[in-house]
Amino acid sequence: MLRRDFVRLTGGAALGAIASPWLGPIWAARADGPPKRMIVVMLRGAVDGLNVVVPYGEAAYYEARSTIAIQKPGTDTGALALDGHFGLHPALAPLMAMWNDKKLAFIHAAGSPDPSRSHFDAQLFIENGTPGHATTPDGWMNRLLAALPGPRSPTDALSVGPTLPYILKGPVAVANLPLGPKAAAPMAIDRPEIASAFDKLYDGADKQSEAYRQGRAARTQLVADMAGDEQKMADNGAPPANGFPAIAGRLAQLVTQDKHIRLAFVSLGGWDTHARQGNDKGQLAGNLKALGDGLTALQQGLGQDWNDTVLAVVSEFGRTVHENGNGGTDHGHGNVIWVMGGPVKGGKVYGQWPGLATAQLYQGRDLAVTTDYRNPLATIAEKHLRLDDKALAKIFPGMPSARGDFADILAA
Amino acid sequence: MIAIRALAALYFVWLVAPLPAHADAALDRQIIHVLNRIAFGPTAETVAHVKATGIDRYIDEQLDPSALPEPTALTDRLAALDTQGLGASQLFAQYGPQPGETMEGAKPTQEMIDARIKRADSILQQARAARVYRALYSPRQLQEVLVDFWFNHFNVNAYNGFDMLWVGNFENEAIRPHVLGHFRDLVLATAQHPAMLYYLDNQDSTAPGSPNASTLFSDINENYARELMELHTLGVDGGYTQQDVTTLAHILAGWGFNYQSLSTGSGPAFAFIASRHDPVEKIFLGQRIAPGGIEQGIAAIDILAKSPATAHHIAFELAQYFVADQPPAALVDRLAEQFLSSDGDIKAVIKALLTSPEFRDSAGQKYKTPYQYVLSSVRATGGRVKSPTPFLGTMAQLGMPLYLCPTPDGYKNTQDAWLSPSGTTERTNFASLVGSGALLNYVPPDEQAPHVVAASTAPNAKPIAVNASALEALLSPILTEHTRAAIAGSPAALKAALLLGSPHFMRR
Repeated sequence: MLRRDFVRLTGGAALGAIASPWLGPIWAARADGPPKRMIVVMLRGAVDGLNVVVPYGEAAYYEARSTIAIQKPGTDTGALALDGHFGLHPALAPLMAMWNDKKLAFIHAAGSPDPSRSHFDAQLFIENGTPGHATTPDGWMNRLLAALPGPRSPTDALSVGPTLPYILKGPVAVANLPLGPKAAAPMAIDRPEIASAFDKLYDGADKQSEAYRQGRAARTQLVADMAGDEQKMADNGAPPANGFPAIAGRLAQLVTQDKHIRLAFVSLGGWDTHARQGNDKGQLAGNLKALGDGLTALQQGLGQDWNDTVLAVVSEFGRTVHENGNGGTDHGHGNVIWVMGGPVKGGKVYGQWPGLATAQLYQGRDLAVTTDYRNPLATIAEKHLRLDDKALAKIFPGMPSARGDFADILAA
Repeated sequence: MIAIRALAALYFVWLVAPLPAHADAALDRQIIHVLNRIAFGPTAETVAHVKATGIDRYIDEQLDPSALPEPTALTDRLAALDTQGLGASQLFAQYGPQPGETMEGAKPTQEMIDARIKRADSILQQARAARVYRALYSPRQLQEVLVDFWFNHFNVNAYNGFDMLWVGNFENEAIRPHVLGHFRDLVLATAQHPAMLYYLDNQDSTAPGSPNASTLFSDINENYARELMELHTLGVDGGYTQQDVTTLAHILAGWGFNYQSLSTGSGPAFAFIASRHDPVEKIFLGQRIAPGGIEQGIAAIDILAKSPATAHHIAFELAQYFVADQPPAALVDRLAEQFLSSDGDIKAVIKALLTSPEFRDSAGQKYKTPYQYVLSSVRATGGRVKSPTPFLGTMAQLGMPLYLCPTPDGYKNTQDAWLSPSGTTERTNFASLVGSGALLNYVPPDEQAPHVVAASTAPNAKPIAVNASALEALLSPILTEHTRAAIAGSPAALKAALLLGSPHFMRR
């Protein structure tokens, strides 16, 4: 009964997609092979991309950052060399295996064409996929989901957390699940007599009823997928862990169990480092360590599914090239996008590097944007999820057509 | 798609359409509406009180909270929370880093860090208990609703360093006394509170080359200056430039901590540190700021508080909180005019709002935030909770842990932000637990840490009975025939749960 409701509520998009002649081969491919997946991780608060992928080859970088710069490769506290110009923050050492395996790539000097230095406007423009246009009613991942062929399932797209982010808002039903340590612990609402009584209150076509039914279905799926997990944890006697690595592990478990999941979204906060951000150690290093460990946990947890997964890490804007008066950085412009996964042609820093000399900076203070953030994301949608130009134009209306050197970032 | 939208619209009309009952029905619904907006939902007592005094009179009472005595049942509970009475400097001296636990520099041991967090957390938990008790049991309901509104407007995050010590004091000294006062005083009080100075880094901001500039205090910090304009006053489209952000940061350089007070535990926690300020003349938002010290910052705050952009921004936010997610433009314009003509008198603006036809005719248009949903559930049952723990836990499960919004924009209050699949699952689960009476009687196992936030899974408590018939009578005006029938056809033991978990009770 639940399944029928979902088809009814989202049927317009699903049926339309199936009827399109160009989708025929993709439909067949999906039915035959393992699902192609895309995961987006958003770092809310604007991560300091210049200390993530460090332009250690630029003297201007060290001139601008007297206390917070990451030193050149070659020492214990230095950057980990990616090429002759860029190095990775040492707290991300766990990701070097992925880099050496050529499954991790970066696109530097990427970002939004909108000049806003407001976190909230800039995040909205990353999530709605229409920089400068705040009134777009849905998020680009929902439009992406609408473009994927059916059939629809309640867990096609999953946001990790207690609320639904803008990026997934829209007409196609999506699920959200907090994946905390007690995610699959029994709830009163799991009891059939309570659930069926509530079902009668939420049998309408309104938004609250829709959310209720979607929540019920996702919860049922989660409990089934995680059934073994609770037992395993009890057997080990270990307390369930907190933090991003633990959440990433549970997400991987869910994804490997549930073949319906095609899109997933996670956001992490704590990147707004206006003071005492540290260098190889400190606030930013601690956050990057948890992120790197989580991404590694996700890769390991996905096992074979990693081969069909592409993950992108984005943030709303970068931070000032110059450190401020308090060992921190203020709101800037260009940043770095991370792309990883089995299909990725990695081991390379893509993009057009604009340089850090004062004349090369955006408004004289920030890393310039040479790659519109939508272009790499659209490339993933095109090459990995196999969407055509018509679909891409709906997902990212008004996106510039230039693709740059990352057009080949995914294996054909 | 179009057909589905039309159906949804029809359903919505059916959801809120008046019942053709007797004449009192409309009044009953209006009383619930008013209590849903200017209180944390109806209780049997307040409904009876509003019926007796009339809605207009009740609004006037609420606009003058100091004339409403707080019951001893509440004041006794608050008095037991001993850190609530301490000032910001005292809190820092008694609960902050102790001699040997350095603020910066030398690395403290893990034991020191743990002890420090435990001390600070005890203050945070008392602040949370005080907030919940006031919201549940104070007759000054509008004041407590406005504390929720203004705290989010001037949000600070308790998990940001020393703010765990100060978040309760920030609310008690910078927010609550001014919620119906003048907006300019609210801005100034938050600007000078150590919780805000620390959270948005202004206490670090230093004019370059000023006498007290040092390695870690060598230049301005833009963080507070930007959010003061973007979030607290003008709004993101309020017409300021990056140059104004930088200039305002220079104007406010030197607004920081009084280290003497913090170390001795007495005296104001705020200080203007002239040796970190450059007194030169500045041009801010096109206006000349005369050379000076702290006066420059006060002049800038006066400019911001009087700006038409600020008036519009605040009017929009109030109308969005009290009327609709997309508030009527005409109402916002009238409130903005009221704001400007009354020199930012919040009471005058709120009165204009609550007596407007737009407010009167907006019943059920808002979706409750987790905070509002949890509090209104307890109030509707008439229950006297033994501990705030499971309720704070549910707010956290729903994505709204009290005092822990990490970003300076505060928690949103729109349906888009809070209506979600897992949120609905969690709310109906919570309703089942409250309806069974289990949470109301919950006492945390660890009496030493009575307010630790726990997950909202079923606690080991002996349920007390919730009077489902009384609850049904209270909520009857907002129920539809469809819901009534569904509840009537369900097991009697689930009646209270279904009432609290109904789609109508999730709206306000």
